[in-house]
Amino acid sequence: MTDVLQTIVDAIALGSVYALVAMGIGLVFGVMRLVNFAHGELITAGAYALVLTNHLPLVVGIAVCFATVIGLALTMEVAYRPLRTAPPTTMLVTTFAVSFLLQAVALLAFGARGKNVGVLSKLNEPVSIGDLRVRWVTLVSIAVGGMLLGATALILTRTDIGLQMRAAAMDFRTAQLLGVRSTTVIRFAFLLSGILAASATVMLVVSRPLVTPSYGFQLVIPALVGVVVGGMDRLGSATLGGFAIGFAAVVLGDVLPADGRVFLETALFLLVIVVLLVRPGGLFTRSRPAWERV
Amino acid sequence: MSQLAAPVLLLALVGLAGSFTSRSVQFQFRFALVMATIVIALYVFVGNSGVVSFGHVSFVAVGGFAAGLTTVPEALKLSLSPDLFPVIASAEVGNAMSLVIASAVGGVFAFLVGVPLMRLSGLAAGIATFAVLVITNNVLRNWEAIGPGARTLSLVPESTSFMQATVGVIAVAVLAFLYQRSRWGRVLRASSEDPFAAQGAGVNIYRQRLVAFTLSGALAGFAGGLFVHLLGSITTEQVYLDLAFLTLAMLVIGGVGSLWGAVVGALLVSGVNSLLLSAEDGIGLGFFDVNVPTGTRLVTLGAVMALIMLFRPSGITGGREIRLPGLG
Repeated sequence: MTDVLQTIVDAIALGSVYALVAMGIGLVFGVMRLVNFAHGELITAGAYALVLTNHLPLVVGIAVCFATVIGLALTMEVAYRPLRTAPPTTMLVTTFAVSFLLQAVALLAFGARGKNVGVLSKLNEPVSIGDLRVRWVTLVSIAVGGMLLGATALILTRTDIGLQMRAAAMDFRTAQLLGVRSTTVIRFAFLLSGILAASATVMLVVSRPLVTPSYGFQLVIPALVGVVVGGMDRLGSATLGGFAIGFAAVVLGDVLPADGRVFLETALFLLVIVVLLVRPGGLFTRSRPAWERV
Repeated sequence: MSQLAAPVLLLALVGLAGSFTSRSVQFQFRFALVMATIVIALYVFVGNSGVVSFGHVSFVAVGGFAAGLTTVPEALKLSLSPDLFPVIASAEVGNAMSLVIASAVGGVFAFLVGVPLMRLSGLAAGIATFAVLVITNNVLRNWEAIGPGARTLSLVPESTSFMQATVGVIAVAVLAFLYQRSRWGRVLRASSEDPFAAQGAGVNIYRQRLVAFTLSGALAGFAGGLFVHLLGSITTEQVYLDLAFLTLAMLVIGGVGSLWGAVVGALLVSGVNSLLLSAEDGIGLGFFDVNVPTGTRLVTLGAVMALIMLFRPSGITGGREIRLPGLG
């Protein structure tokens, strides 16, 4: 029983990190129909910012991390402007090229060997709840993740700009005709997605302190798969999808027999294919989409 | 036919020009031709159906391992991986036969994958093919009954000469062109332009996509055979994410919609990459030596690719074929 509970707690923790990443991707996709592969490099940049500020007080480090990530996110918004009218395939591959470019820059600047982030390592200490042994960071991840997701939901439902974003996500053209400024909405989506990425970074470096050039990329791939599996068309289903893939990864890793564990990826992605075949429009959406053109 | 002339001529010219260069440069030329083969194979599906596939590199992978495993001596294979299935361990064929096997394995695998997956469209299809890529890599890495696992399969005969690379890529280009001009190719193109109208006219989009997917899987398997015979070795990492995205980027940079675009994109990006590679070693440009620090190649390559796509979203060729004058 304790084992099951332990698995569930771990699964929720990984799920909430993926949910933050998924929500960041989903926000931008919603208003721009753009899958930003380079979202992972926001996290990588934030992690390197923490590496460079290791010797400074923690508050400064976190501030620099947020500034770096948000700055990079807003730069991406400007860089992606020519893509607004591009074919979907081009959009997808271009953001990938940007991700490739940023990884190459990180490789050139910091080398292939990992750099260690020492911040917040106290959060790695375990706390016992009954028979459960949970690291502090797990609890913090779940709490902060939940709060951020809630805050984003509030912004989207209770503010003017949130309303405009949801309108743009539903029908960009009509929203524009009704006076929604496209650049404002898109910039705000990138800003929110940057804040989410920076928060995810701070929590991630606690449990994974070794930062390499592909740090964020390794994270963005499963999160992106989760987004599509959950259903890209709505932010809620995309976020849930991200959560689900993190959750499923931990549970599968626990369920598989020891000698089958190397095939975890196979099991996970077979599950992805099955879900896509059964619910092509998304696991957490109601309707099936018509034929798309991508 | 006049639309086929330009890509074939360009490929033949690259083959011819490369054969007059020094040994190390020669390798770059042959490599570019093999990359063009992979990109054309990818184009047969993506260009005609309008559906993105990240999965084609898995067909390159199975083709490459099939061609490699059938041309390496039994003793060596068993020393790498004692658990190998006897039928794979004992198989030993010549260069040409190994390429046939690579195409067959690629085609059959693509067909089996395509039967469930071709029902999907849009991003769902893209992610599903991506899942195929991950699964193929994971299985090839860890199941030592079908290959060397995470070890390098080496001592494969390096039989992809200039002749083989050039003839191979041209053969694939001609097949791609014949398919795109066939009834099936035209029907699939129509269905990607307007799926509703095509369905209304009685087109079975699923079946047409499956045909294209299988053909392009077979061509990708063949390209994998050329690849392993070029390098003389193969690992699972060489035929994974990096290659998948690089080949897709080449196709988009050239222009997704045309064979000419596939050829131009593959050769251009390979060319830029080779130039940067030799610049890292230092090249003399007449008056001054260019010597860029190691590591800048990837940065420059990434920047060039991103910039081309940002400012030419439809690719260099705009996805159009080119007609050579005077060929009717």
